[in-house]
Amino acid sequence: MSYRLSFLEELEAESIHVIREAYAQFENPCILFSGGKDSIVLTHLALKAFYPARIPFPLVHIDTGHNFEETMTFRDALVKRIGATLIVGSVQEAINKGFAHDEKGVSASRNTAQIPTLLDTIEKHKFDAAMGGARRDEEKARAKERFFSHRDEFGQWDPKNQRPELWNLYNGRKNQGEHFRVFPISNWTEMDIWNYIKKENIQLPSLYFSHEREVVRRGDTLLANSPFLTLKPNEKITKEVVRFRTIGDLTITGAIESKAHTLDEIIAEVATAKDTERGNRADDQRSEAAMEERKREGYF
Amino acid sequence: MKEELLRFTTAGSVDDGKSTLIGRLLYDSKSIFQDQLASLEAASKRKGLDEIDFSLLTDGLKDEREQGITIDVAYRYFSTPKRKFIIADTPGHIQYTRNMVTGASTANAALILIDARNGVVEQTKRHSYIASLLQIPHVIVCINKMDLVNYDQSQFDKIKDQYQDFAAKLDIQDFKFIPISALKGDNVVNRSDKMSWYNGETLLHSLENIPVANDINHIDFRFPVQTVIRPHTSAHHDFRGYAGRIASGIVRVGDEITAIPSRLTSRVKTIHLAENQLEEAFAPQSICLELEDDIDISRGDMIVKTANQPNQSQELEAMVCWMGENPMSLNGKFSFQHTSRVGKCVIKEIVYKIDLNELKRNQGESTLSKNDIARIKLKTTTPLCFDAYRKNRSTGAFVLIDEFSNNTVAAGMLI
Repeated sequence: MSYRLSFLEELEAESIHVIREAYAQFENPCILFSGGKDSIVLTHLALKAFYPARIPFPLVHIDTGHNFEETMTFRDALVKRIGATLIVGSVQEAINKGFAHDEKGVSASRNTAQIPTLLDTIEKHKFDAAMGGARRDEEKARAKERFFSHRDEFGQWDPKNQRPELWNLYNGRKNQGEHFRVFPISNWTEMDIWNYIKKENIQLPSLYFSHEREVVRRGDTLLANSPFLTLKPNEKITKEVVRFRTIGDLTITGAIESKAHTLDEIIAEVATAKDTERGNRADDQRSEAAMEERKREGYF
Repeated sequence: MKEELLRFTTAGSVDDGKSTLIGRLLYDSKSIFQDQLASLEAASKRKGLDEIDFSLLTDGLKDEREQGITIDVAYRYFSTPKRKFIIADTPGHIQYTRNMVTGASTANAALILIDARNGVVEQTKRHSYIASLLQIPHVIVCINKMDLVNYDQSQFDKIKDQYQDFAAKLDIQDFKFIPISALKGDNVVNRSDKMSWYNGETLLHSLENIPVANDINHIDFRFPVQTVIRPHTSAHHDFRGYAGRIASGIVRVGDEITAIPSRLTSRVKTIHLAENQLEEAFAPQSICLELEDDIDISRGDMIVKTANQPNQSQELEAMVCWMGENPMSLNGKFSFQHTSRVGKCVIKEIVYKIDLNELKRNQGESTLSKNDIARIKLKTTTPLCFDAYRKNRSTGAFVLIDEFSNNTVAAGMLI
């Protein structure tokens, strides 16, 4: 026997270690579950970390109300299968109560309205650590994240004053009212995620695979037709063969034209992709520092 | 053969071509996406540059881009058919020593850049010292900007001799030298046709072939317990598993073990890697162990083989890099975190402080400021089970935490 791990096995071991640290160091952790592939992989890793016990903390979904139906069906089936507790933080409810606001106009999204909803959910349920599936390769501000990332009592991130993180020693100490975001899959790339999904035979929402869908072409991206979409003048709905590379709020997640039906086809497509996966996320393209600014405010 | 993971660190300042080198590695290995390249080109143009400024790729924070400096550790990822790489890119100036130490803590290899025109300078010494202090197993010295010295072999040889003289004083197990031009791409990914006198490997080839698995201590089994798994379900009613990541060594079913600090003994009954049962497991796997006997073990304890046990002491000596904003003073009290164990300690003595520019030891110091490196003596409230950092990076490392701010204020390596 050779005592070596493949990089996927090593990444898995690192992530499981981080998830167990979060569980052991905090009183009330949770997983932020969006229904996207990264949070699905994170949930899969949490299952492994505590096997044969169930995941000893809840999954939290911040629901923008603008969901793909497939994501919701998938979420509910997964939660049932693994016997997890699901907590939903509703953006619509936050808007009704007046601490979040709906944007106006054709490029309106509920992306920023997620921030107060998320912070409110964390406060209401007294979560002291929220684990997320963010990866450092996704975006340049995320490349600076720690595994254990401190948030002050307003839920804010101070990127210039982060705690140094050495070896695999994670410092989760905090004062009352503060919390942590924990990112167990920090070191994974998009390609690693897909290869791992294949290796572990992890189920995904059908949105990730090629299908026919009504879309509108806006700039470089294809947005799904839905009751929440406001058409600009001259825009029209067409039917295209598409799939999604990331899944978030329906109104901001662009589809790509793709015939990739299987994981192998998706992996081949990702390997030759010319653009990053967040390249058609309208939320990131608002400015050079769009992600950093949202993260400072408490965005995941 | 399995595709392994190599973590390496680069440290450098604005002018030594570090960003260009990273950009070159990513670009020539086709790891930069078109949308990233387009935004880099646009940002470089806005800054009035003719060529693409690759540093914009790693400077992720707004302040960093505005000031044109790397403040923090940035992680970059790329892969080749042979390996996946994680680069910890750190700023090289002396005021960022703590960031270099952070980047070095998880690295298997360090790239040290030397400007072929200048040879070994203070910064080269500082980076090499940190690589040696943190026990990075492999150091690759890239003698860069060879294009600016006409690809001259004698200049390369001169710097190599210079470096070897100085490195003899350090504790680096393996180092090699590569003449490169990051700007022109010579010997980075592709072989240079301008240095026929150089018969060695390209940089990427070296990175692809460094023996990663050999760097892990496979002799001393050390298993710090993170948490105890008790499912309380009818299917697993009596299951009691100790979950953790193997810090070093190998464990097999049937092995005689001792739990420390309690010194209770038992045997390994089963080894679980999630739903799979294994006959043996090794570092750095995350596993769950069941023992033959129901003994009292909890988070912070360590499971080791009865025949091979670590040191245990309350009086410790260590090299530390001070990272806190406030200086450390004698008799200061701190929390520590070592493997999965936490506790309190007091600083008893500063044996000497390292002058990072001269690499000299200064005695008689009573305080340490941010970025200082020193040898200290400390005393913990309960005994620590540890190995010397030189023997075992996982069980020899600790951090100190300020009890008021909760900040991590020092990185320590036990002697």
